Amino acid sequence: MKESVIIIGGGVAGLEAASQLLALGLSPVIIERSDHLGGHVAEWYRLFPDLSPAQDLIARLVDSASGARIYLETEISRINALKDGYSATLNNGDVLFCKAVLVCTGFHLFEAAKKEEYGYGIYDRVITNRDLEHWFGGAEDERITDNPKAIGFVHCVGSRDVKAGNTQCSKVCCMTAIKQAIELKEKFPESEIYCFYMDLRLFGKKYEDFYISAQKDYGIHFIRGRVSEVSEDIEGRLLVKAEDTLSGKPLKVRLDLLVLMAGMVCHPQTARIASMVRAEVDDDGFLRSRDNIYSIVESGRKGIFFAGACTGTKTVPETVAEARAAALSAYRYIKGNA
Amino acid sequence: MIYQGKQKIWSDYQKEIPDNHWFYVRSCIRQNFFPASEKYFVKIVRDVLGKDLFETEHHTTCGGIAYHSDTIPQETAMTIVARQFSLMKEAGYKNLVTSCITSFGNYCEILETWREFPELEARIREHLWKACRREFDKPEYVAHASDVIYKLRGEIAEKAKIRLVNRETGEPLRVVEHIGCHYSKMFPHKGVGGAEYPCVLSGMVESWGGKVIDYPERRHCCGFGFRQYLVKANRGYSVSNTHKKFESMEPFHPDMIITNCPGCPYFLDRWQYVIAEQTGKTYGKDGYGIPALTYEELAGLVLGYDPWDLGLQVHQVAAEPLLDKLGVAYDPAKKYLGLNEKDIMKPGLPTVLKCC
Amino acid sequence: MDFGFSLSPSSAIDLDKVDLSLYRRLEQTAPDIRNCIACGSCSATCMAASYSGMSVRKLILNLQRGADVEKMLSCCMLCGKCTMVCPRGINTRKLILDVCRYYSKKV
Repeated sequence: MKESVIIIGGGVAGLEAASQLLALGLSPVIIERSDHLGGHVAEWYRLFPDLSPAQDLIARLVDSASGARIYLETEISRINALKDGYSATLNNGDVLFCKAVLVCTGFHLFEAAKKEEYGYGIYDRVITNRDLEHWFGGAEDERITDNPKAIGFVHCVGSRDVKAGNTQCSKVCCMTAIKQAIELKEKFPESEIYCFYMDLRLFGKKYEDFYISAQKDYGIHFIRGRVSEVSEDIEGRLLVKAEDTLSGKPLKVRLDLLVLMAGMVCHPQTARIASMVRAEVDDDGFLRSRDNIYSIVESGRKGIFFAGACTGTKTVPETVAEARAAALSAYRYIKGNA
Repeated sequence: MIYQGKQKIWSDYQKEIPDNHWFYVRSCIRQNFFPASEKYFVKIVRDVLGKDLFETEHHTTCGGIAYHSDTIPQETAMTIVARQFSLMKEAGYKNLVTSCITSFGNYCEILETWREFPELEARIREHLWKACRREFDKPEYVAHASDVIYKLRGEIAEKAKIRLVNRETGEPLRVVEHIGCHYSKMFPHKGVGGAEYPCVLSGMVESWGGKVIDYPERRHCCGFGFRQYLVKANRGYSVSNTHKKFESMEPFHPDMIITNCPGCPYFLDRWQYVIAEQTGKTYGKDGYGIPALTYEELAGLVLGYDPWDLGLQVHQVAAEPLLDKLGVAYDPAKKYLGLNEKDIMKPGLPTVLKCC
Repeated sequence: MDFGFSLSPSSAIDLDKVDLSLYRRLEQTAPDIRNCIACGSCSATCMAASYSGMSVRKLILNLQRGADVEKMLSCCMLCGKCTMVCPRGINTRKLILDVCRYYSKKV
């Protein structure tokens, strides 16, 4: 009988890990709490830097993991450590036995309504990066008008912010903001687009080319300074006040749409799962790996592995790479024990 | 504007305000600018609503003006406040209600400082003992008088003689609400509704039938700021802030402004005269200004008291257009008559702002 | 009537009201002006900077905010050091000459 590995979470990390484990001859089981696979990336439209469609990636991942046993809309109630493995009790009553557990619970998008001064959920034209991706993917959104003349992006909403409870950088939002700014400029070529940033973090392959193109080809304006407050004027347009740090003066502009780049925080369910597998939560709120350079996918507890955003903010290629590493580590652990 | 979004934030910042047995401490300056406000607060809470509101003639300033003007150190202000607490303990009360919003901020700040630094509290106890042989207990609850009116707004609405509806158009009255900075900007959780969207005044206005207007500079300070304003050469800076607020609220054509601070209605009311003289511009219709009322004056109007008893004649901006819109009965001839209808003479009139 | 004080002017930049006509022209004649990331390499090497406040970074920022740049330009010695160091490859010397041309002909 094939040895089984329980994968908690059916997002990019979980699916890629399942596909690798299948290729290695093991029997992965995916437990996913929502009604669909693919996690957050399934809601996304296009991924940087190649602007490849997210749905293609998800379809490919789902297809290659289709040999795994998949539970949707299911949560884990309890995990018990046995002599040579683990048993997981699901909330539908099933009990599963496995040799190793792979935690792929991912991240949670910061609730932009917590930054009250930006008026998300209060003013009609304020949306988040996720709302915008849904709209690109074809969803209706009455907050986005037919012909916005001025659009703004606010970087670092819920990231690098002691008051928001998350001091870490969310890594991907600067690139996402530039990608979305370019996509909006293609849809509304006559609009002026402003990105309000504190720092621009464009660290990966071809990311700087995106920035150069955004400035040169699309004429997107980058204003270094924080947005302090948003209000509505008599016409219903948003009056946005920010500090223009390079000139040292306050700045205000009227916009028809404001996109808040909500950051990545650890999924609230992760702490529950962590206590079940006796993994530690690090002081940045994410799970603590055995170390942060060589053994990110290992937890330090035997048979428990991590992959993806549950240990810290990750891009999609990093998540895929970690999922493969975690699958291989789990395989070696299982075969080593046998 | 998505109203439910605001309601959700308000529900995060609710306070458990006690509804009876209050120890009242007055403001240093309010009785000069808005003479009847405190009198009517006492009258409404005690006589009309039958609650227990106690004040002693031995209480003093809280030291807030001096502290914020940098003329006394914080420890002195703390000792003055400690004496107020000891008077409250003597009278047997646990709930403190302040008339002034800077007082409210001062008391909150001092109690928070004592919570974080208990050795400072011990030192102040010593100071108070040495100064006047008094001992004190910290109050169980500190509220601002507008919190009390907010809590009792439903009872006031039941007894109301008029609703805040514009008789000329049939629409609810358009009210701009202005909250004093020291209410919730320092400690958002001590203000009803938090710092960004406080609802203490908008709750009152809406339960009395009016409509609250949101405009871009709603959160902006009126510019009072003590040490800025006290020196004459600096007043340009203060008046520019009020000017900014008026320029921002003008397109929305509000009928009145409601405030809950001593300094703010003073500024919003008096500066309209200065702005009119300096720039020639007025913000109301036909050369009038926008009346700036305190919440006690508005509560008094809603309960049917005579506007001249409420002190509205002392306002720089004429309240008559507002009274006409609300349908309040008033006698224009009695406006500048004193007690027992004694003639105390009329004030001089400004050149630009229309006052009657 | 003299009150002894008057309204203070506001220094806030209103992006809806700034005059960007010169910046728009330069986007046509010297399009790499858009690539500036305000890193300050140009200001750091500028020979005139410590004596006059001239800086290509500030020039570009002022153009983007509709502020006046004529006075600052009179101190530029056209040495070309800023062009040598710009990491984004902007031809800063041509940019400066284009702005000077505008001010001398006012066309």
